[in-house]
Amino acid sequence: MSNAAKPATWTAAPAAAMPGALRRYGVWLVAAAVFVVLPHIFSSGTALTVMSLMGIAIIFALSYNMLLGQTGMLSFGHAVYYGLGAFCAVHVMNLAIRHIVPVPLVLIPLVGGAGGLLFGVVFGSVSTKRGGIAFAMISLGLAELVASSALILRGFFGGEEGVTTNRTKLLRLFDWSFGPQVQVYYLIAAWCLVCMIAMYALTRTPFGRMCNAVRDNPERAQFVGYNPQMVRFIAFCLSGFFAGIAGGLAAINFEIVNSSYVGLGPSGTVLIAAYLGGVGYFVGPVIGAVLVTYLQLMLSDATEIWQLYFGLLFIAVVAFAPGGIASLVMMHAPLWRARVVHRLVPAYLLALAPALVMLAGISLVIEMTFRLTVKASEPSAMTFFHVPLDAASVASWLAALLLIAGGFWLFRRSWPVVDRAWTEARAAAKRQGSAS
Amino acid sequence: MLELIVVSTLNGVLFGMLLFLMASGLTLIFSMMGVLNFAHASFYMLGAFFGFQLARWVGFWPGLVLAPVLVGALGALVERYGLRHVHRHGHVAELLFTFGLAYVVEEVVQMIWGKLPADYRVPEALDFSAFTVFSTNYPAYKMFMLLIAIGIFVVLFAVLTRTRVGLIIQAALSRPDMVAMLGHNVPRVFMLAFGCGTGLAALAGVIAGPALVTQSNMAALLGPILFVVVVVGGLGSLAGAFIASLLIGLIQTFAVALDISLADLFGTIGITLGPDSFFSDIWRVTVAQIAPIIPYLLLVLVLIFRPRGLLGTRDT
Repeated sequence: MSNAAKPATWTAAPAAAMPGALRRYGVWLVAAAVFVVLPHIFSSGTALTVMSLMGIAIIFALSYNMLLGQTGMLSFGHAVYYGLGAFCAVHVMNLAIRHIVPVPLVLIPLVGGAGGLLFGVVFGSVSTKRGGIAFAMISLGLAELVASSALILRGFFGGEEGVTTNRTKLLRLFDWSFGPQVQVYYLIAAWCLVCMIAMYALTRTPFGRMCNAVRDNPERAQFVGYNPQMVRFIAFCLSGFFAGIAGGLAAINFEIVNSSYVGLGPSGTVLIAAYLGGVGYFVGPVIGAVLVTYLQLMLSDATEIWQLYFGLLFIAVVAFAPGGIASLVMMHAPLWRARVVHRLVPAYLLALAPALVMLAGISLVIEMTFRLTVKASEPSAMTFFHVPLDAASVASWLAALLLIAGGFWLFRRSWPVVDRAWTEARAAAKRQGSAS
Repeated sequence: MLELIVVSTLNGVLFGMLLFLMASGLTLIFSMMGVLNFAHASFYMLGAFFGFQLARWVGFWPGLVLAPVLVGALGALVERYGLRHVHRHGHVAELLFTFGLAYVVEEVVQMIWGKLPADYRVPEALDFSAFTVFSTNYPAYKMFMLLIAIGIFVVLFAVLTRTRVGLIIQAALSRPDMVAMLGHNVPRVFMLAFGCGTGLAALAGVIAGPALVTQSNMAALLGPILFVVVVVGGLGSLAGAFIASLLIGLIQTFAVALDISLADLFGTIGITLGPDSFFSDIWRVTVAQIAPIIPYLLLVLVLIFRPRGLLGTRDT
């Protein structure tokens, strides 16, 4: 993770001419404006649901990145704090409905956060004694422990059917019922913005810097006089707090919480989301959360074996772009500032075409295999991107192999062009940098 | 009661030896390469499914040999063309690569063999009861599994302590960089170790497949327990992995057989708890019901009292 050492910055902030304060906070104002405007552009019910889920996923992925990206702790069980936060929130909501505790709905995410923090303190005291691989294994063991307990302790976890609630029956502020999805969206968006700002601010504090130090070299952090165990523990607890907030929002959004919340599935998804987006940049997990949420909903409509594509995408990112999408984008930041980035476009388009051909071939092989094995009872005729073909015929397999081989060959041929364009653009950017 | 003890001990040792077949490969790979192979249980699952498919095509016995070889070769290929490439991005990237691999293997297995359990049967030559303990017929196939597992254990032990290759591996366990300095082709040793480790896991899968359920979730069920074994035994310690395997195998088997809850226990000395109490769930749950979480409880206890694991020496 050498690239993770770079400071988390938003280069989305526009040019240097702006006054300091606006430059500093402008990006948050833009984010707030985007959150407000989005439901007016995408106003359908599906879009509102998707955007609500994205908001929750963004908080969850950012809280995960406090561990992986900021402190260098790879956790396989982060959904434990998300799920337990959700359970705490849903139980408190039910208590509030029965007028035992007076908590308005807008503050329920804080209850979730408190739950996440509490369990973060309990489990963190056991698991953060060691970093590295040992921590990863322990997080997996704890996740299994909680996931298995969820099926045994029916009182708290509600067994297989889970715990349900009704968000409209809580104490109301300003006559918001939170019945319509758009109100829930704005609640999630507001919390999302607050959490994003809080987590970003945290990376700028001395504590945030110590987290980076512990990630990069725990021994030297110790020499400076900080206890790496304690830094890890605090980071872990805070990350549990934000994960709990995400869980509380999920409890409000779905009005049901069940044992799958604490399972290994969501833990894996948040890991994939943060890593795909890029753990080295603050904005990375945000990109990853939006992308993964979108893929989960849209890809599952397009193909039944979307999880396979999802896994392959993850492996490809780990192998070829370990900095994630954010680092790929940020690579172009100096070129963008020097206004030479457009020179790369023709080369990229040239490489993109054979790459798409190759991907189509791979996808065709996967889809035909799927048709011949799992769906063996159905006829082997199928359509692939509106092209009718027969999965059992030799011709279609040959076509698929031809697509892969040809695409790969052309891609390899196009790569030197991209490489040259990149080198030239870099040189041009450098010249401009030294001239100005 | 005696019957229960004998049968549970046999089953526990059997399960423990199966765990060790996998944990040994995992430990070898981890110690030499520093990679915790998240997909290790996936190779176990691949072994079971390859064995199942080969049993259909060429019979159980050729499959017993072929499946581990094929899976081992696949593992070596994964190391050569996948892990070695990811290696320069660091250990976290390697671990995440195997994590993604586990995800993909499960999906591929589901795609090819479906989500339902495969009909992987015990070969007819072994489909009889070996002996009778009191009233329980103990199947011959389980004795066969035990023999194979012990056989592999003996061979592994002999290779590691008595041969030159074993010496190099042992040296690479503790000082991999020194072994490279002495002129051994460490990348090739890594590839072989990865191939052998995954092959061992596949062998465990082939012999466990007919006795347990051959299904696409078997890797997800066993994988976490495998990591518990490796952490409890001490990361990088083969002997520790052996003790932890047997320990967890025995504990889990005995726990399944015990139908006692806290309520029963305290009931005998006259303490009872109302059904509406908050703790009534914990109070009434039987040991058999919590059997699946016992390994993880053990993990937490070991971490609190001995963070390095039973026989661990390295602070990784």
